[in-house]
Amino acid sequence: MATFSTNEFRSGLKVMLDGDPCSIIDNEFVKPGKGQAFNRVKLRNLKSGRVWERTFKSGESLEGADVMDFDMEYLYTDGEFWHFMMTDGSFEQHAADESAVADALKWMKEQDVYVVTLYNGAPLSVSAPNFVELEVVETDPGLKGDTAQGGSKPATLSTGAVVSVPLFIETGEVLKIDTRSGEYVSRAK
Amino acid sequence: MPWQPACSLEALKARAVCNAQIRAFFLARSVLEVETPIMNASTATDPQLASIHALAEQTASPLYLHTSPEFPMKRLLAAGSGDIYQLCKTFRRAEQGTRHNPEFTMLEWYRLDFSLEDLMQEVADLALEVLKQPFEIEMLSYHEAFEHHLGINPFTVCIENLFDLCALHCAYSANDLSRDDALNLLLASCIEPKLGQDRMTFLHSYPASQASLAQVYEDGSGHRVAKRFELYMDGLELANGYQELTDPFEQRRRFIADNAERSALDLEQIPLDEYFLQALEHGMPACAGVALGVDRLLMVQARTKKISDVLAFPVDRI
Repeated sequence: MATFSTNEFRSGLKVMLDGDPCSIIDNEFVKPGKGQAFNRVKLRNLKSGRVWERTFKSGESLEGADVMDFDMEYLYTDGEFWHFMMTDGSFEQHAADESAVADALKWMKEQDVYVVTLYNGAPLSVSAPNFVELEVVETDPGLKGDTAQGGSKPATLSTGAVVSVPLFIETGEVLKIDTRSGEYVSRAK
Repeated sequence: MPWQPACSLEALKARAVCNAQIRAFFLARSVLEVETPIMNASTATDPQLASIHALAEQTASPLYLHTSPEFPMKRLLAAGSGDIYQLCKTFRRAEQGTRHNPEFTMLEWYRLDFSLEDLMQEVADLALEVLKQPFEIEMLSYHEAFEHHLGINPFTVCIENLFDLCALHCAYSANDLSRDDALNLLLASCIEPKLGQDRMTFLHSYPASQASLAQVYEDGSGHRVAKRFELYMDGLELANGYQELTDPFEQRRRFIADNAERSALDLEQIPLDEYFLQALEHGMPACAGVALGVDRLLMVQARTKKISDVLAFPVDRI
């Protein structure tokens, strides 16, 4: 794997730090008037999701991490693993464990496409697209005509996720959800 | 890939006004504007400064884009120029970030028979001229700054204590820094951001080991300190000044020590500027000199933390 010097650290670059793959978030060049220059770097540990801050001497380098993002279709779960298939026509399949699917799980619907991050060839994490469309399987009966008034109620979606929706939403409707905030956006068109 | 300038039209105008004010300031004080080569056969030996090589096929050895116009300006001083200033572009390899651009504008000037205090006053006068608003002036010694912000005496603190502070405050846990590097990291991380808040802070009396081209003396507490200052505003370093070293033997000794450190760090050797050393041997008048980052001054004026806000085309747009 290639190594990267501090002056090549860009947001999104994947490097190895303390044995874990990390993604660079921010890299600030720090130099007092004279003397040694430093780079103050913020990284996200891709295993734990935690953000780390580290300072390096300028010119120091880190080994690149074999981390790549791929579009994959979610196929099914066997209860222990969640199975995905590459969308590049190779039909290559990968099994992600619970720690890899993590928060994406509550937005995952079969046959939808997700970004699966592979680390040394194995799924490290799964991220849902920013918006997903999911069906309401359970919510209190809608209040007809009550479209302008504020107010909300919980609705359970087909994936089991519970989101807050306006009062006029009915069971069986398909909703557009923002996965970053977990909030209702609109009815699906 | 935006083709447009990074800064606003107002910022371009502010720079033009600033340049005119600088020239008027020195004209009124009878300081002569000079131009010296940007491309030189020698360059700064400081291991922490990396020069950009210039291609020049007609010469046997490489040329360098200057990191500051110091050496040729000192040759002019030795030749009897009297007080001089230069407003020019300077270059530093790999210095790039929100507050750094590898090519930047420097104002450097030298005043005969000025003490460091006289020069600090003149730097403040010039900055006030450009900023057009009053600022309180604070004088803070290197020792006081470390005592106040970190509770340590930078001259006597033990290296283990410095490593602990670097790990605690700067997210730097490898115990591989030299004493000066550790002090520098702490200065840059814990002290600089707090300097010059609504005032001009002159940090002065640096440890002798950080003297660079400044004279060194023993202060009242018996610490060897450099006659060097830096000006800070809004946590930004704006200027670096020295009571200039005029001793050719000491100068040569520092050059050779720098090159020895360079070879230990596996960095390129810098050919010594023999013209400059000859000029010192001939005799350079006693003087104080300072280099001020014009882009940084414009950043303070525009109240921005980003150098790209005052540059037409920063390095990521060229």
